[in-house]
Amino acid sequence: MDTPQDERQLKRVTRRQLLTLTPLVVLGAFAVPKLRRPLLMGGQKFSDWASAQLFRTRHPATTFPDSDLTPLGRFPYNSYDVDDPEIDLESWTLTVSGLVKKPGAYTLAQIQALPKVAQNTRHVCVEGWDVIGNFAGARLVDFLALVGADPHARFLTFACADDYYESLDMPSAVHPQSLLCYEMYGRPLLPGHGAPLRLSLPTKLGYKSAKYLTQLTVTNELGDRRGYWVDQGYSWFAGL
Amino acid sequence: MPEPKKVPEDKLKEAPQEQPQESLPEGAKVDLNAAEPVPLPVSRIPAPTVETIRAAYEHPWAVRFSHWLNAISLFVLSTSGLQIFRAFPSFGPRLPEKVLVHVPPTVTLGGWLGGALQWHLTFMWIFMGTGALYLGDQFLSGHYRTVLFTPRDIPGVWPMVRHYFLFGPKPPVTGQYNPLQKLAYTATVLLGVASVLTGIVLYKPVQFSGLAWLMGGFHRARLWHFVALCGFLAFIPGHLLMVILHGWNNFSSMGTGWKKNPEYLAGPSE
Repeated sequence: MDTPQDERQLKRVTRRQLLTLTPLVVLGAFAVPKLRRPLLMGGQKFSDWASAQLFRTRHPATTFPDSDLTPLGRFPYNSYDVDDPEIDLESWTLTVSGLVKKPGAYTLAQIQALPKVAQNTRHVCVEGWDVIGNFAGARLVDFLALVGADPHARFLTFACADDYYESLDMPSAVHPQSLLCYEMYGRPLLPGHGAPLRLSLPTKLGYKSAKYLTQLTVTNELGDRRGYWVDQGYSWFAGL
Repeated sequence: MPEPKKVPEDKLKEAPQEQPQESLPEGAKVDLNAAEPVPLPVSRIPAPTVETIRAAYEHPWAVRFSHWLNAISLFVLSTSGLQIFRAFPSFGPRLPEKVLVHVPPTVTLGGWLGGALQWHLTFMWIFMGTGALYLGDQFLSGHYRTVLFTPRDIPGVWPMVRHYFLFGPKPPVTGQYNPLQKLAYTATVLLGVASVLTGIVLYKPVQFSGLAWLMGGFHRARLWHFVALCGFLAFIPGHLLMVILHGWNNFSSMGTGWKKNPEYLAGPSE
């Protein structure tokens, strides 16, 4: 680039240089109310896509010694509706449908007959806090094998007794630490923690670990209802 | 930038024949270095006498572009980050649940946790892309040598501090950036890198468990992420004050790249 020798030349050169910054104006779209939501949703979608790329089914979440456990009495729970949806534990079943060979109602005894896994893992809330809890239950991947789920299906959707709902990508669902959890700290789930059956997903933010499970559907389509908090604007993938 | 058109000597001689209605006054000089095609012959109105100036192209495009992208991204990331922080204003595990730092809602963006996360996770990509553009350009072009703080700059820091804050004598200007500037700008790049690395741990503590361990764990990463924000918040007011004190010529160079008569070019005029 030649050095301008006088004011006139400098003006010409600087004007041209300033124009090369005009692509920055594109960011102004974030200030337009009509465009803001689609742009931010696009950003979230891209983040979810990148999160799915980063996810490794074989990479375990850190597990902790018992001495690191948060005492059960101080394990907080966020419930979206009620602390206890008053489920009749005697007649409770998990209804399985969708792309499975053996749909139907499964009892807690059937789930408990699967190999039991207990693990001390970190439960991270989207708010920023976390606790280390002891969770025990059947591997979700074992249960999917029991019901003959299509291994190529893309999603699982869950419905809950308290009208909460969630959905999960298949790679996260078959992660060996993803549990259908029926015990915490060696005891059957307390009503506040999702009795009789909840998800425990150490590779996901807390809101993905739905409680009070009543229905599981294996599907390739998610539809409009992707998750209670997801539909409020939180990330769907929510992977840690 | 196109090369200034050089007009060959024989073309100059032919020129009056191409446009016979005008003629070159005797002794008129044609500026061979003018950047636009030379209008031949020169107008009858005498050209205003122009003063020779010196100018330096201080900031290449990648620097200016990433500077303004960063200004916008850092505004969005810090305000939305403070909104995210308000959901759990602490650095430890859940307990003790104490509000360690109170953040007033007026300095936040997003309105609620979910909205702030959308802003934060959208602009983190812009911020990381900008960082990659800037660092890639600096190292490929070799520009980093003008701004990177090295041990050789250490002796020059105190005289600059004395000049800026204690009204000491002004140290001689030797280059585009003085040692204190190099220190500040190098520090902001490190703050950016630290923000990204700690942010990655907060966003993906399981996938990047090794990085989390290096930072002393998930909770520490949250603390370091906040410390990096404090670093930026300490830099920005001083940076803005300096920009205001150094005036328009200095400020506009971050838009146009060119700075008129920079001090380090001072010397006998041609």
